[in-house]
Amino acid sequence: MRDGNERQQKKVLKMAKKILAALVGAAVMGIGTHGASAATLDDVKAKGFVQCGVNTGLSGFASPDASGNWSGFDVDYCKAIAAAIFGDATKVKYSPTSAKERFPALQSGEVDVLARNTTWTINRDTALGFNFRAVNYYDGQGFMVRKGLNVKSALELSGAAVCVQTGTTTELNLADYFKANNLQYNPVVFEKLEEVNAAYDAGRCDVYTTDQSGLYSLRLTLAAPDDHMILPEIISKEPLGPAVRQGDDQWFDIVSWVHYALINAEDFGITTANVEEMKKSPNPDVQRFLGVEADTKIGTDLGLGNEWAVNVIKAVGNYGEIFDRNIGAGSPLKIERGLNALWSKGGIQYAPPVR
Amino acid sequence: MIALALLIYWIVDNTVENLRRANIASGFGFLNGRAGFDPGQKLIQFTSDSTYGRALLVGFTNTMLVAVTGIFTATILGFIVGIGRMSNNWLISRLSLAYVELFRNIPPLLVIFFWYSGVLAVLPQARDAISLPFTMYLSNRGLAFPSPVFGDWAFLTFVAFIIAIVASVVLARWSSKRQMATGQTFPVLRSIAALVIGLPLLVFLATGAPLSFDYPVAGKFNLTGGSVVGPEFMSLFLALSFYTAAFIAEIVRAGIRGVSKGQTEAAHALGIRPSLTTRLVVVPQAMRIIIPPLTSQYLNLTKNSSLAIAVGYADLVALGGTILNQTGQSIEIVTIWIIVYLSLSLLTSVFMNWFNAKMALVER
Repeated sequence: MRDGNERQQKKVLKMAKKILAALVGAAVMGIGTHGASAATLDDVKAKGFVQCGVNTGLSGFASPDASGNWSGFDVDYCKAIAAAIFGDATKVKYSPTSAKERFPALQSGEVDVLARNTTWTINRDTALGFNFRAVNYYDGQGFMVRKGLNVKSALELSGAAVCVQTGTTTELNLADYFKANNLQYNPVVFEKLEEVNAAYDAGRCDVYTTDQSGLYSLRLTLAAPDDHMILPEIISKEPLGPAVRQGDDQWFDIVSWVHYALINAEDFGITTANVEEMKKSPNPDVQRFLGVEADTKIGTDLGLGNEWAVNVIKAVGNYGEIFDRNIGAGSPLKIERGLNALWSKGGIQYAPPVR
Repeated sequence: MIALALLIYWIVDNTVENLRRANIASGFGFLNGRAGFDPGQKLIQFTSDSTYGRALLVGFTNTMLVAVTGIFTATILGFIVGIGRMSNNWLISRLSLAYVELFRNIPPLLVIFFWYSGVLAVLPQARDAISLPFTMYLSNRGLAFPSPVFGDWAFLTFVAFIIAIVASVVLARWSSKRQMATGQTFPVLRSIAALVIGLPLLVFLATGAPLSFDYPVAGKFNLTGGSVVGPEFMSLFLALSFYTAAFIAEIVRAGIRGVSKGQTEAAHALGIRPSLTTRLVVVPQAMRIIIPPLTSQYLNLTKNSSLAIAVGYADLVALGGTILNQTGQSIEIVTIWIIVYLSLSLLTSVFMNWFNAKMALVER
C-alpha cells in the first residue's frame, strides 16, 4: 500500500513539473506581456472608457452619491477627457484612491489619468515618473481649528495635536513649517481622509491641516461646521492638476489640452448653453477652437475628432461653470475664485492659444 | 529547478523592463534621503531631518513594541481564560466560554475598531480628562502618566537589578541540583523575591534615591509633560491581546484536557498533593501540547499588528507606506516588509522550537 502511494506521489510530482515547464515556456515566449503599453489613447479607445483615479470622497472635488454616481470638480475633468475622446461623458470608470494608493495606481497602469487633488512637485514630476502640466486648481495649505480654542494664527499652535493625512505634501509642509517656526506639535496621522475627519471631529486633535480647498469642503461634513474656523495663514504652494505617466506625449497633450480648452472656452464666453450658437460666431478664433473652420486639423492632430472641444463644453461646460457648480458660488462650499480666476480677471488661470 | 529559475528570471526581467519604461529610479539608495515627516509615535530619537532608513527603524521598533507587549498580555489572559473555562464554578466557566466565542468569531480589524472608536474615542476631551491615581490622566488623547527622571547614580540600581537576576538563576540551579542529590528543598521562590526586590532597593537608597518624576500638567491644547500612551497604540495593543487570548485560551484548555486522567489519578494515588500534581505532573505534560500551536498564535499576533494602519499607529507598514508614497520605491519597500516579517516569524519559531525542545519529554 505504502509503495503504491509513493509511486502515485512521484507521478503527480512529474506531472506538476511538466505543467510548470509548459507555463514557463509560454511565459518566456510571450515577453510581449510587458506592463501598460505606451499608446494610452489606443488602449482607452480599445476598451471603450477612461479609467480615472479620483479621491475616495472629498465633497466638491470627487464624491459618489447614494446611487454611486460620481460628481465633483475633479470628476468633471474625467468626464471632459471622456467627452473629448468618445463624445460621451459617461464613458468613464472611477477608481477611488487614497493618498497612498494613487501613485502606484497610476504607475502600474491601473488608471489612465489621475485627477485627484494632486500637487505638482519636482519629485513627482521626475523620480515618480509622472507628467504634470495643466494646473486646474491653485491651492495652498491651511489650518482649521475649533473656535473655542481662541487661536488667531498658526504661530500660536505650539503644543497642539495636528491631524494630517499620510502620503501627502501636506504632511511634509507641516513638518517643515513647525520646524522653521520652532513650534512643537504631535502629529496624528491617518491613511484615509474619512479617518482624519472622524479623528478631528471626535477631538483626537486640535488642528486639521490640508489644502485650503479641502478644509472648506471638509468643514461641511463636520457635526457642527460653524464651531470651526480656518486660520488665515497659507503655508505652501499647492498647484493641483491631472497627472499622467511619463513616456506618452500624445496622451499627455490630450489631458493638458482638455484643461486649456476649458479655460479658453471661459475666455471666449462659450458655455454649455450657447456652444451650438457659438459655432456660427464670426470670430475666427472661436471657429477654429470649435473645429468648424474649413479643412481644420484641430482635433485630428491630437488623435481626436475635430469637434472635441465642442463635446467637452457640451458635457461639462467651461472652467468657470465647472468651478461654480462644484466648489464655487453655486455650491455649498462657496470658495472664491481667487487665484483661480482667469488671467484677465485678476487670477492666474491662463491657457495657451488654440492656433 | 531550471523551470523555476527561468520563471524567476522572467519575473525580474519583466519588472526591470517596466520600471525602466515608467522612468522610475530603483535601488536602496533612497534610504539615506531626508524623510521630512514626523511619525505619530517614536521610541527612538527622530526628527524630520532623519533619514528614510531611520523612519523604517522607528516603524520596526513600534511593531516590536506592540508585538511583544501584545504577546505578553495575550498569554497571561489566555491562560486565565483557558483555565477559567474548565472551572467548576458555573459563572466563571460560562463567562470564559462567552469571551472565547465572542472574540474568536470577530475579525481582528473589527476588534481594533471597537477599541478605537467604541471605547477610546468616546473618552472625554483632554481638558476634562479623567484623573486617575498617581497623577495619571485618561482622555481621548490617550493615557498621560508621570515619566521618571533618573538622577546621576541611577544606573547603579539597574546594575544591582541585573546582578540580582543572575544570582537568582544561579541559586535556582544550585537548589534543584541539591534537591536531586540529597532530596532537601530550599525556599527558592522566597529567596529570589528577596534578592530581586531587596538588592536594587538597597542600592537605590544607598545612592540617595536618585529619581524624580515629570508630571503631566494641563497646557493650552494638551496635557504637557510626562509621557503619553496614545489611543492608537492602546487600541491596537488591547485588540490584539484580547483577540489572540481567545485562541490561546482554547489551546491551553486543549493542552490540559490532553493530559490523560490516569496521570492525575496516579499522582494522587502516590500521595502527591493536588496543587503539586498540577504543577509537577499535569502542566509539564500539557506544555508539550500547548507550545507548538502557541507559536503560531504568536506569529499571528505579530503579523496582525500590521493592521495598525487602520487606526494610524506608526508601525512598519504604515511608515513604509508613507515612504513608498514619497519616493515611489514600491518594490524596495515591499521587499523590506517581506524580509522583516519573515525574519521576525522565523526568529519567533526558532525561539519557540528551542523552548519546546526544552519542555519536551526527555526519554531516558
